[in-house]
Amino acid sequence: MVGALRRLRQEGESYQGVWSWLTTVDHKRIGIMYGVTAFLFFLMGGIEALLLRIQLSSPNNAVLDPDQYNRIFTMHGTTMIFLVVMPLSAAFFNLLIPLMIGARDVAFPRLNAFSFWVFLGGGLFMNASFFTGGNILKGELGAPDAGWFGYAPLSLQSAGTGIDFWAFGLLILGVASMASGFNFIVTIFNMRAPGMTLLRMPLFVWMTLVTSFLIIFAMPIITVALFQLLFDRLYGANFFNFEAGGQPLLWQHMFWLFGHPEVYILILPAMGIVSEVLPTFSRKPLFGYPFVVISGLAIAFMSWGVWAHHMYTTGLGPIANSAFGVSTILIAVPTGIKIFNWLATLWGGAISLKTPLFFAVGFISMFVIGGLTGVIHSIVPSDYQQQDTYFVVAHLHQVLLGGAMFGLFAGIYYWFPKFTGRLLHEGWGQLHFWLMFIGFNITFQPMMILGLLGMPRRIYSYPEGAGWEWWNAVATVGALLIGVSILVFMFNVVLSLRRNDQAGPDPWDGRTLEWAIPSPPPAYNFREIPTVRARDDFWHQKYEEDETGRPVPIVGGGAQEPEEEEHAEGEGHGIHMPSPSFFPLIAAIGLPIIATGLIYDAAIVAVGVAVLVVGIYGWALEPASE
Amino acid sequence: MTLAESRGIKGPTEREAEAEEVKEGAHPGPLEYVKIGLILAVITAVEVGIYYIEAIEDVLVPILIVLSAIKFTLVVLWFMHLRFDSRLFSWLLAGGLMLAGILMVIVLSTLGGRLV
Amino acid sequence: MSHTPAALETGTGLDNRKLLMWLFLASECLLFGSLIGAYLLYRGQSVVGPYPEDLFDIPFTSVSAFVLLMSSVTMVLALAAIQRGDQRGLRIWLLSTALLGLLFLSGQAFEFTEFNHEGLSLSSNLFGTTFFVLTGFHGAHVTVGVLILLSLLVMAWRGRLTQSQSLNIELAGLYWHFVDVVWIVIFTLIYLIQP
Ligand code: HEM
Ligand SMILES: [Cu+2]
Repeated sequence: MVGALRRLRQEGESYQGVWSWLTTVDHKRIGIMYGVTAFLFFLMGGIEALLLRIQLSSPNNAVLDPDQYNRIFTMHGTTMIFLVVMPLSAAFFNLLIPLMIGARDVAFPRLNAFSFWVFLGGGLFMNASFFTGGNILKGELGAPDAGWFGYAPLSLQSAGTGIDFWAFGLLILGVASMASGFNFIVTIFNMRAPGMTLLRMPLFVWMTLVTSFLIIFAMPIITVALFQLLFDRLYGANFFNFEAGGQPLLWQHMFWLFGHPEVYILILPAMGIVSEVLPTFSRKPLFGYPFVVISGLAIAFMSWGVWAHHMYTTGLGPIANSAFGVSTILIAVPTGIKIFNWLATLWGGAISLKTPLFFAVGFISMFVIGGLTGVIHSIVPSDYQQQDTYFVVAHLHQVLLGGAMFGLFAGIYYWFPKFTGRLLHEGWGQLHFWLMFIGFNITFQPMMILGLLGMPRRIYSYPEGAGWEWWNAVATVGALLIGVSILVFMFNVVLSLRRNDQAGPDPWDGRTLEWAIPSPPPAYNFREIPTVRARDDFWHQKYEEDETGRPVPIVGGGAQEPEEEEHAEGEGHGIHMPSPSFFPLIAAIGLPIIATGLIYDAAIVAVGVAVLVVGIYGWALEPASE
Repeated sequence: MTLAESRGIKGPTEREAEAEEVKEGAHPGPLEYVKIGLILAVITAVEVGIYYIEAIEDVLVPILIVLSAIKFTLVVLWFMHLRFDSRLFSWLLAGGLMLAGILMVIVLSTLGGRLV
Repeated sequence: MSHTPAALETGTGLDNRKLLMWLFLASECLLFGSLIGAYLLYRGQSVVGPYPEDLFDIPFTSVSAFVLLMSSVTMVLALAAIQRGDQRGLRIWLLSTALLGLLFLSGQAFEFTEFNHEGLSLSSNLFGTTFFVLTGFHGAHVTVGVLILLSLLVMAWRGRLTQSQSLNIELAGLYWHFVDVVWIVIFTLIYLIQP
């Protein structure tokens, strides 16, 4: 067995092209795969969104029938949250964390590969549900139809297998998130370069750490809830069965116990990215670094105590409602502290107006509106009116698209040159920003008005004369504009990769360690593990301050030149990198097979378990590196 | 200067060193493990025993909870070595337990369930 | 299975794998917390029987609980054995732990079938639902633990677990003891305390 494994491994190392990607354990490659996959799902979720918007563009429209509409909005929400924003954040964790802390890889490279393959499998599995409703060409969709939060008892009554695919899909995706959560906590605790103390870590590293803790504590709760739902659906259990004495409301508690920490899992990484972009483009250190760190921690703690603000109208009673109202208002305080620190970072800086900064500032402005609408929600009597109206839809898109996605795009423009060696084109980039920013506001600010006019969310159509026609039409135009902006972005990527505008190691005059190494970084990242002497260490290698506090370049400071690297290719330095492995991929394939079996046929479960076991044993027995 | 010092890491590493000392001093040998095992067995016997005593029915629940908490603590401290290991591990477990406990109490009270 | 003294190379001085295991156990607290919470929420809420007081066989379950508790002792003795390089002791104690685990599982299987005969199932009432899911999840954890123990036993038999690799046993032990303490909680909250 061991001999066979060894042979497999040696073959693995000689693989090129596709095979080398399938077996890779390199955090940078895994990060790229995470990012590209998430972007493809983004296109998918985007097309779904456009379908929804086209259906709503005029009253009594019939592009989608009610059943299709339910399925598509459910898949849209689920996709955007679990298949786009979370994995895009994970892509940045993968790409950046080892570089920012001065390490050669993550603590568990194969676990990292496993995480990606499980994510991919879970995403495909969930989307496979589309095909289970009959003939998809005739528009018979089998996707889940109970909304991204799958409230019981609706999710129990839903016919077909859509909800089963949804629940198993989320369970599988949960495995991927947990794996990367554990991995990055250990990596950040243990793999820091000498001198990289906790309070010298870049803000993005901090936010990754906090997010990972939220993931490992929140995921188990939704895991149990999803199992309960599946037991009810597949085996006649009674968790949410009212006739047997069960309480459907338990689902809402479990979901939002997970769900509210989840919204911070979605936003904290973007906040981390913005906290890296702003200092670079205003050539100033982050204002109030310790406060930004501490408010990140505070947000994470408090996010556990606010879940019932999604349940004000379920009859919790005045005491619970008031308590959760107060805690929800309080969580805006650390959020506000961050915003002021970002503004103060810009204040008086030597601003360099590049695309990443546009997106970062777009993030701040849109997120402020999102946060403020959140505070409006938190006021109980006010929320009685807003619950389940388009006002909530406006709020959540304001924080998720205006917030998280703008932050993630800032990160894409900022770090694209690091990992491809090419700069993205500025002009097209700014066009992308303006189209997306304007499109965004044209889409979602009208939804605030629609919500206040009383338009409920999740209706497939509306009658004429309710006064909602105009704003719905406007919102649809805005959504199309966002679509165009994404096309511009894709064009920009293709163009820039062809254009061969070499970025060099440090195109933005960056501050953190990843800019000290060539672009794209060699497999081993750092020829020598750096010793860190300060926060923003790389900046201090490049500049010292004169008497007036102005930065003065140090002669000979700066990034390692790529030329020096040439004779250093491969294992020349005797740097041992972890060997590639098939087994994470094999183990990951087992999970969707098991889930398919549990829905359709127990025999398939056996196959899935066998695949999983082969993967795990192979993984455990093969030596991690030779 | 050790590598750890050059990293400027204080807390956990120092504590680790302390823990190391404790380990040297009071490394639990098989005998001690067996002793703990015996205590655990006795507590279990007591739990089951008092379960049948009707006279103490009123205070049974708190007693049972305390006894199982003692068992829990013994296993965690000795068998899982939290007594001798880095403080960080204890914090992780305590964090998980407290979070689970607090959330459970709040959900149960809003849904009208009872803890015991 | 790293041979390097990892403690010297990492930031906290803690072994990567051990930290991973503790993080995993911390997150498992939330998993079992949710399952136990659901049981407690629905305790005494079943609208039809059978009810726990009709079914629970406290002497039997006490023996089960005792068996699992003792398996923790043998587990930690296995660790002590490998740490002093006692390969024979390692094998003996690993084997005993696995066997005790299997004994516990057969006890659970017996209990499940008994209850089933008496009319309790996943769908019969809230008690059946919450009881089977909670104890079933725990049993699944024990099963995984037994598989890990047996795998380690095979490795030990082939002489592939040396003194320097005692961490493998320590990690398996952490998992095993955790599963045991969960049962300590379940035994008291679910079996002994009846409203
Ligand atoms: C200042 C901070 C925030 C406050 C006070 C706040 C408050 C609220 C409240 C009270 C609701 C419930 C509205 C209702 O259903 O009637 C809500 C919904 C929501 N919030 Fe926030 N929020 C904040 C930030 C965020 C962030 C940062 C995100 C995500 C990145 C987010 C995502 C969501 C989502 C997705 C929903 C809708 C869930 C649904 O019903 O589908 N919120 N928010
Ligand atoms: Cu919330």
